[in-house]
Amino acid sequence: MTTQGKDNQWLLWEVFVQSKSGQPHKHVGSVHAPDAEMALLNARDTYTRRNEGTSVWVVPAQSITASTPEEVGAFFDPAFDKVYRHPTFYNVPEGVKYL
Amino acid sequence: MTTLTSEELERRFQEKIDENQYIEPKDWMIEKYRQNMIRQISQHAHSEVVGMLPEGNWITRAPNLRRKVALLAKIQDEAGHGLYLYSAAETLGITREELLEQLHSGKAKYSNIFNYPTLTWADIGAVGWLVDGAAIINQVMLQRASYGPYARAMVRICREESFHQRQGFEIMLTLCRGNAEQKEMAQDALNRWWWPSLMMFGPNDKDSPHSAEMAKWRVKRETNDELRQRFIDRVVPQADFLGIKIPDSKLKWNETSQHYDFGQINWDEFYNVIKGNGPCNRERLKARIEAHEQGKWVRDAATAYANKRKNKAA
Ligand SMILES: [Fe+2]
Ligand SMILES: [Fe+2]
Repeated sequence: MTTQGKDNQWLLWEVFVQSKSGQPHKHVGSVHAPDAEMALLNARDTYTRRNEGTSVWVVPAQSITASTPEEVGAFFDPAFDKVYRHPTFYNVPEGVKYL
Repeated sequence: MTTLTSEELERRFQEKIDENQYIEPKDWMIEKYRQNMIRQISQHAHSEVVGMLPEGNWITRAPNLRRKVALLAKIQDEAGHGLYLYSAAETLGITREELLEQLHSGKAKYSNIFNYPTLTWADIGAVGWLVDGAAIINQVMLQRASYGPYARAMVRICREESFHQRQGFEIMLTLCRGNAEQKEMAQDALNRWWWPSLMMFGPNDKDSPHSAEMAKWRVKRETNDELRQRFIDRVVPQADFLGIKIPDSKLKWNETSQHYDFGQINWDEFYNVIKGNGPCNRERLKARIEAHEQGKWVRDAATAYANKRKNKAA
């Protein structure tokens, strides 16, 4: 990004905020910024104006690899028939506790 | 992967919407849906941004520090709302540069309401109370709009909006409890902002060009007239509480319908302002372009600083 001079709205960064200590970071939106440090400041000003966060991550949008919606069926398919991964698959005899 | 016919894709797209699921950026979508969403979301973003101008006008003249910090915080929120919405629009394949270009060239629209002037301090009260109040009614509906990034931005925006309306009402209330001259200011502001606020909901349903499609696509879940009626029903008792009079001789509670009846909106004025002939159209656009141009050195400096750091690290 060295297009100094002409109108340039910089790179896109995805923003993840942890709302409370112990909670996972959650995607909240995106910002534009010329580098990571400024992306972090912009993310703070844009997404945590009311103490919504204890921690912020910014990730260059182009670094994110996502599953494709068209292939979503085949992609998640392997998990469809694996009922034995759930506790309800197993029989617990009457009277047995803490299982 | 099997290739689906476009009819099949369209059918699945509509099914998803009808099942109250959300459309996400990478999902297949009808091209016209994409175009309509870009138009609506970017118009919404531009409205947040241009909406800062009539209020920014009063920051240095706020009557005390409490009012000043509140107004500053509200305007900063509106800038944030603009950013959330530009980001949402960008997920549909348009760039920030293009969006700004559309605004600055006059090609894109923003809410008509911001083409009216804020003449006195009471106008800041009326804007928060009525304009943000009307926006909230619309935005609450949009929290469940079918396009995921738009709906999520709306949830965030709605959470922030309620203080905007309250601070406006508080300004009005203070003026209404003040001396006769102050109360007259509040009344004058209500007189000028009432009808433009009602116009914010758009033309009557029968004259609304995009409504049917936007309803089918679960963007507009309620009609312009329904939303407008809700606004009126909520605001009239608030005006009564303030002790000021809504400038509509036809306004009357209707026992049968359990709603307020109201007078005819001047749609000629509405279309005239849309066409660019409102009191402040030119001034707003000029101020926006100036702000963008005067901010250029800041963007350039930030870019230069980022490059310098990158080169140092390399
Ligand atoms: Fe807003
Ligand atoms: Fe607002």
